[in-house]
Amino acid sequence: MCATCGCGPTSHHEHGYSHGDQEKKGKTIVDIEQDILGENNLLAARNRGFFEGRNILAINLVSSPGSGKTTLLERTLTDLKGELNFAVIEGDQQTANDADRIHATGTKVTQINTGKGCHLDAHMVLHAVQGMKLQADSVLFIENVGNLVCPAMFDLGEKERAVVISVTEGEDKPLKYPDMFHSSTLCIINKIDLLPYVKFDIEKAKEYARKVNPSLEIIELSCTSGEGMHLWYEWLKSKVLTPA
Amino acid sequence: MHELSIVMSIVDLATKEAAKHDAPLIEEIELDIGCLTGIEMDSFEFAWKQGVKRTILENALKKVNRIEGRAHCNDCNIDFKMQHLYDSCPECDNHLVGIISGKELKLKSLVLPD
Repeated sequence: MCATCGCGPTSHHEHGYSHGDQEKKGKTIVDIEQDILGENNLLAARNRGFFEGRNILAINLVSSPGSGKTTLLERTLTDLKGELNFAVIEGDQQTANDADRIHATGTKVTQINTGKGCHLDAHMVLHAVQGMKLQADSVLFIENVGNLVCPAMFDLGEKERAVVISVTEGEDKPLKYPDMFHSSTLCIINKIDLLPYVKFDIEKAKEYARKVNPSLEIIELSCTSGEGMHLWYEWLKSKVLTPA
Repeated sequence: MHELSIVMSIVDLATKEAAKHDAPLIEEIELDIGCLTGIEMDSFEFAWKQGVKRTILENALKKVNRIEGRAHCNDCNIDFKMQHLYDSCPECDNHLVGIISGKELKLKSLVLPD
C-alpha cells in the first residue's frame, strides 16, 4: 500500500460524505450522489495545490501520436534554458525513448509508462512528482499519452492544458475530438512549414476549434523552421508568475 | 478505451460504499451519465461486462440515466438542447454558451440486500 495516499488493492481513499439510507422491500437503498471521477479530481486538486504553493506552472500537453509534442518540448527546453526552470513528466504506454530525448537537453525528467493505459491520471502524476524534487518558480510540462480522446476526462492538476495538432492531420480534428479542444486552454498548430505541401485549411481548423471552445487561444508554429516559436515562448512567459 | 477506467472507478467507489453496509453484493446500481461527457456508451457496455467480473457488481442490475445536454446563451437568455459541444445558440449562432447539463458522471445510488 502507498504510505502517502493509502492507495492499493484493498484500501482506497476515504471520503466524508454521509448518505440517506432508505429501507425498501427488505432491501437497503443507499443514496451515494458522488462523482465517479471524484477520486481522480481530489488527487488532481491536491496536485494543483502543491503546484500553486510552489509557484510551479504545470502544463498538460495532449495530442494524437506524432503531432510533435516531444519535439516542441526539446526545442523549448533548449531555447529557453537559463531563462526558465523546467521539469518534464513523460507519459507513454511503453519505452523511455521520449524521456531520453528530454534528458539529452539537460532537463530533469521522469517517465511514466502506463502499460496498456491510454491516459495519465492524477494519481500517476502525484507519485511521479513525489520522486522529482521540483524547484519552486518553475515550469512542469506533463506530456500525456498520445491520444486525443481518453486524456480529456482526467484532470491532472494542471494550470493549463495545451492541445497540439499538426498540419499533416485533418483540419476537422477539433470537431472529431471536441472533448479535448473543449477542455484545453491553448491550441498549438504545429508543422506550419509543411503547409505548402499538404491540404490543410488552417483557417478552417481555427474556426472549428473556436466553435468547440470560443475562449481557446491558438498559436501557429513550426518546431523545425522556428516560425512562430516566439509566440509560444511569449505565451509561456506570460503564464509564469514572477515570485514577489 | 478510457471507459474501462471509468468502470473501474465505479467498481472501486461502489465496493467502498457497500463495505460500509457490510453488503456482500450489490443488487442494483444507478448511474447518471451525461450526453456531453466523453463516454461512448457501446464502449462503456463492453467495458462494464469485463470490468465487473469477479466483483460485487458482477450480477448487479445497472440503471443508467442519460442526462440530456443543455446550454444557456447569455446574449439571448435562452436555454437550448446541445447535442454536440460545438453546437451554437439557435437564435444568434454564437458558440460562447454555458453548459447547464450533460456533463454528469455520477454514482447515484445502490440497492443492497438486507
